[in-house]
Amino acid sequence: MKVAITSTGNSPDSMLDPRFGRCSWFVIYDTETGSTEFIPNPYKNEEEDVGLAVVNLIISRQVKKIISGEFGVKVKSLLDRRQVQLILLKESGFTITKIIELLNH
Amino acid sequence: MSPSFKRPRKILSPPIIKGFKPFGGEADKHNSEPILLLFEEYEALRLCDYDMLTHHQAGAAMGVSRPTFTRIYASVRQKLAQAFAEGRQIIIEGGKVYFDSEWYHCNQCGCYFNHPEPHTKARQCPLCGSHEIAFSESENGLAEESTEVDDFCFCPTCGRKAKHHYGSPCNQMICPDCNTQMRRNRMRGCKNR
Repeated sequence: MKVAITSTGNSPDSMLDPRFGRCSWFVIYDTETGSTEFIPNPYKNEEEDVGLAVVNLIISRQVKKIISGEFGVKVKSLLDRRQVQLILLKESGFTITKIIELLNH
Repeated sequence: MSPSFKRPRKILSPPIIKGFKPFGGEADKHNSEPILLLFEEYEALRLCDYDMLTHHQAGAAMGVSRPTFTRIYASVRQKLAQAFAEGRQIIIEGGKVYFDSEWYHCNQCGCYFNHPEPHTKARQCPLCGSHEIAFSESENGLAEESTEVDDFCFCPTCGRKAKHHYGSPCNQMICPDCNTQMRRNRMRGCKNR
């Protein structure tokens, strides 16, 4: 199963980006193979409809869970309809490595 | 007089189809206007006649009052009957709704998560795998409007104070220490006036 994590940078030591649509990078982590892939967010500086574009990008990668700090109202209903699970981490201080460790418990 | 505020209706599971078409008989010749069924009306019918909830329970599930729910339900019955009797198409769309799944909070890692399958219960945290999860009443993990107001409910017996929440009357809260009905802290409001 693939999990998307929003990240501030392109290294495993980067912090979780608290924004979903306008985060800097997406980390696609595959829980079966343990592989990670960093994708830059092409819509980061767009003004409108970022949520929809990002959701389509994420859906095209067959992601089933998304970890971020916050989701907009529109994104939430879009992802709900596509049966994608949202996970919100309110506390800061989570690095990508730490989140992946948590996922593997 | 301004119209009263229309509360958005919560939809737990959106319809899997967009509508219905009649077939046979005069259905093809009659190219009449389709009946528009609102999402909230579909949800009302589903909760009440498919999930067999009472109007009270269904209203709570949609975040509206029992009378409002009954009005929505009456409207869907009327529309469906009209569509059947006149052999008209049904299209499900629109309405003042938001889609929602149930939210949970993990006590182990502190994350909030939703559960996209509304008919089953979440058992473990999707992040850390802990079973220490609790049902989260609203989406308080999200940046939603806070219901907390700058006032207190207090217990007249032991004096325990709790933050007052807009929309939940103090006299419906029970003090966890001594099981008495709580009251609104009126003193504070008087001072501000």
